[in-house]
Amino acid sequence: MADKKFEPLIVGILCNWCSYAGADLAGTSRFKYPENIKIIRVMCSGRVDPLFVIKAFKEGADGVLVSGCHPGDCHYIDGNIKAMRRETLLSKLLEDLGIEKERFKLTWVSASEGEKFVEIVEEMTNTLRELGPLNLEGGEKIV
Amino acid sequence: MAENIGVYVCHCGSNIAAVVDCEKIAQAASEWDNVVIARDYKYMCSDPGQNLIKKDIEEYGLTRVVVASCSPRMHEPTFRKTLEEAGLNGYLLEMANIREHCSWVSKDKEAATEKAIALTRGAVRRVVLHQPIKEREVPVNKATLVVGGGIAGIQAALQIANAGYPVYLVEKKPSIGGHMAQFDKTFPTLDCAACILTPKMVDVDRNQNIKLFTCSEVVEVDGYVGNFKVKVRKKPRYVDEEACTGCGDCESACVMKNRIPSEFEVGLGKRSAVYIPFPQAVPLKAAVDEENCLYLKKGKCKQSCVDACQREAIDFEQREEIVELEVGAIILATGFEIFDPSVGPQWGYGIYDNVITGLQFERITNASGPTGGKVLLKDGSEPKKVAILHCIGSRDENYNKYCSRVCCMSSVKFAHLVKEKTDAEVYEFYIDMRTFGKQYEEFYNRVQEEGVHFIRGKGAEVTEIGGELTVRAEDSLLGVYREIPVDLVILNTALVPCSDSEKVSQIFGVSRAESGFFLESHIKLDPISTTNQGIYLAGCCQSPKDIPDTVAQGSAAAAGALAAIATGKVTTSPISASVNEDICSGCKTCLNMCAYKAITFDENKKVAEINEAVCKGCGTCAATCPSGAITNSHFTTEQIFAQIEGVCENG
Amino acid sequence: MSKLKLAVYWTAACGGCDVAILDINERILQVDEAAEIVFWPLAADPKYDDVKNMPDDAIDVCLLHGAIRNSENEEMARVLRQKSKVMIAFGSCSAFGGIPGLANFFDKKEIFERVYRESESTAGKAGVYPSPAVIVPEGELTIPEFYDTVLTLDQVVEVDYYVPGCPPAVDTIWTALEAIITGELPLRGTVIAGVKTLCDECSRKKEEKKITEIKRPMEVEIDPERCLLEQGIVCCGPATRGGCGARCTSANMPCRGCYGPTDHSIDQGAKLVSAIASIIDSKDPEEIKKITHLLSDPAGTFYRFSLPGSMLRRKRKEDVS
Repeated sequence: MADKKFEPLIVGILCNWCSYAGADLAGTSRFKYPENIKIIRVMCSGRVDPLFVIKAFKEGADGVLVSGCHPGDCHYIDGNIKAMRRETLLSKLLEDLGIEKERFKLTWVSASEGEKFVEIVEEMTNTLRELGPLNLEGGEKIV
Repeated sequence: MAENIGVYVCHCGSNIAAVVDCEKIAQAASEWDNVVIARDYKYMCSDPGQNLIKKDIEEYGLTRVVVASCSPRMHEPTFRKTLEEAGLNGYLLEMANIREHCSWVSKDKEAATEKAIALTRGAVRRVVLHQPIKEREVPVNKATLVVGGGIAGIQAALQIANAGYPVYLVEKKPSIGGHMAQFDKTFPTLDCAACILTPKMVDVDRNQNIKLFTCSEVVEVDGYVGNFKVKVRKKPRYVDEEACTGCGDCESACVMKNRIPSEFEVGLGKRSAVYIPFPQAVPLKAAVDEENCLYLKKGKCKQSCVDACQREAIDFEQREEIVELEVGAIILATGFEIFDPSVGPQWGYGIYDNVITGLQFERITNASGPTGGKVLLKDGSEPKKVAILHCIGSRDENYNKYCSRVCCMSSVKFAHLVKEKTDAEVYEFYIDMRTFGKQYEEFYNRVQEEGVHFIRGKGAEVTEIGGELTVRAEDSLLGVYREIPVDLVILNTALVPCSDSEKVSQIFGVSRAESGFFLESHIKLDPISTTNQGIYLAGCCQSPKDIPDTVAQGSAAAAGALAAIATGKVTTSPISASVNEDICSGCKTCLNMCAYKAITFDENKKVAEINEAVCKGCGTCAATCPSGAITNSHFTTEQIFAQIEGVCENG
Repeated sequence: MSKLKLAVYWTAACGGCDVAILDINERILQVDEAAEIVFWPLAADPKYDDVKNMPDDAIDVCLLHGAIRNSENEEMARVLRQKSKVMIAFGSCSAFGGIPGLANFFDKKEIFERVYRESESTAGKAGVYPSPAVIVPEGELTIPEFYDTVLTLDQVVEVDYYVPGCPPAVDTIWTALEAIITGELPLRGTVIAGVKTLCDECSRKKEEKKITEIKRPMEVEIDPERCLLEQGIVCCGPATRGGCGARCTSANMPCRGCYGPTDHSIDQGAKLVSAIASIIDSKDPEEIKKITHLLSDPAGTFYRFSLPGSMLRRKRKEDVS
């Protein structure tokens, strides 16, 4: 059971043109959402190397949110499609490593979807609150 | 490596400071590695704020700067400039977004401050690994390619040509003119479309600076801003343009005469296999339609066109050729297509004779059209009741969500024309009336006064009841369901992206919006540029728009191209990817990743190579490269790793 | 000049690395000429105490192969580190976990459950688990403690050089031995093998990386000329260090990844996800899913030799308390 006081850390890796701008819009619109997400900007969701996701988990993130432009709407034509291709295999790999699929999410948020971004962050935060800490450090303990 | 970092936390008045404890962030930052000075200040973007940074750069010998303030999408250029002014490379800056991503979205002050500290720590860790990078300057070829010869392309081409620079105008049809050439009157002034368009078309033909390619398509684009290499496929016209006088003798002689539905007449008229698209065509030359010419298709025809032509202009030996052009800028003005209403049987198009599209009505009401400008039913009689349905395929979840922008006004225009030419009652079925342009509302008022019935309710269905066409709609003003019998229905159909827009987007390396129209660089502040530098948009290929807006965008796109031509150089973003030859194993995984064809393979060295001028810096190849041989400058794996470490670290 | 003092030791390993050292054939004579083997359980018969009694730094170079699986492995690694001037993690197990490292997909409890209870070959009383210490009438008996997590050598002691491979290829071994003999060792921390990934030395023809299917080698007739990945066969080559001479791919089998990641590919699992998923030739999420699911065990396949040395080191433990 998750500790009531547990607050998950979510690393958000967002593309500059759509999702980062969508998150900016959420701010400009003064929508409120949990403080759990820390956003990192990349130019395109296609830049998101699976290494980044694994690195975030290694550094203590309880969840990783990758977000880009909607398919067909990519600033770089189809970088987001490459992100989409990697998502399934990476999810599968993470699951094999005991990291539940709820902890890694790929979403599409356009520059005009501030509200959608808020919903995604709220939902993911709540899901992770339920799911509890990832606590990978335990794995390094020598018993 | 030791760096001297200055950290500047902005209060943004109370925008940040009301929720986030700025002093606490600065206090925390002052204790981090490499940070030599950390300050908080009311407005970092103000002159005193910027001066503070400049002074510190000098005084403390800062080598890196972190500004924790608003979104970098807002003030990154501002602070980069601040650094440059103090002699530091602008890319040695990193911003932490503690306003849009923190103070504005948080309620809990303590949690928000912690979050702001984490974001700032991420920025500090990242900036240590920043490298100075420089914007590149590339020379600009003075010629421009304009793709599409509708009013948008014509306007852009003339603007550039009149400024004294060469233009290549490529049109896939045998004549320029586009959709506007098919229109009758134009709202709100009721100018005849041909009267205002034809002079411009003729100008194109006469202008020494414009080289016109009709029956042509761009098949390949290489290179980058200022230096594009373009291949144009010039399809055979089978008519010697030099010899043809546009007399039309071949057209009359053709054995297929009056047997082929005319595209220009939207299927309401017939043409020959060798034809002049319309009387004002530019160039005014005949063209042979390969698909329908008996000789070209079957090899069997008496070739009466050849006999008819006294200038011996018909030339069946013409073959397709590829023309290579070098240009500095490209303007896409490829236009739109009309939504096909037959996909929705509820509208009765293709089922009932007297259900037509708006474009067909344009031809019917046009003096040079199939009925000589008389508004007539299929049986030749005059209609007594006419329904005009707005938003067919627009503002409709099932087809296209967007508003096609022109239909309200053109519908009002149709109503006026029906009233002018017949005694019919006219019913307009609309969802909302959108008459936003100059003199549009006045025109709408005028037509209302002409006695047109405006019914607020979408024409949901067109059926036949007792041999009479009937339009069903819910009148949302009266709150009643209505069935109105009419004898002519005009469906004002949506403007949709061209069916080949995906292919075109790939050829030119421009993105498309969800709707399928080409994506502008910024919807408000840069609606003419694309994400591919040096390629501009004009007209409906970007989104549906009316003629005034199309013309304005055509001129704006020309201005964009001219700006680069005038200075002779452009600067390109220094964010790009590069391959480290000593690491690349030549696996070729990256080659298909680049949407801009910037990656090639050196078969001698067996390594991938990236043309940095073509590269747009998205970093997709870097993420893909299994060797880790590709570096995305300013977004390196090490930099992102450091930022992840920074935001994740506790305390 | 006195002879170089050489030690070879195994921890959690199969012994293949010992055999591989002998695979250098007659060149062993050159080794013998230059070096004195002071400790090599497989070839000689010294005891633990012989090593423990040596003065510090008495051994010039120690080749340690095997992962750290239990307390005895760790103890010996520490002893040998103390006695050796240069410690070389020899073979995949020692360098990044190797096959024993696959145990990191499980924890001690699961492994014991399987081995001492569920296993079809469990004889005697099922469910009797090894215990580090047992009191018997004669006194206390101890055995090494089995760890929950397999570790790499450098997670226990400092390592000077790495020689990867399962086992290291003869050429790789000779390069390392030659460097040791001549004293021309590279920069500390170097992995003595290729710098680039395997594709660099794989002679298969690479044309276009686009896949619509993922197949297992036995399911297809493999084109012997063409890149295996381009044929839809999962090959770890793109993210695996070269230097082995592409011995698997030249035998028509995909690279299994035994040389581990390169300095720049960092994590084989992450980078093979990048390489393989990115070339799936589809934009349709459902189709992508379908193709991806043809690969049944991505983690086991990509981290076959490098799980303990990878970024996450092991499967997350359910019970962390």
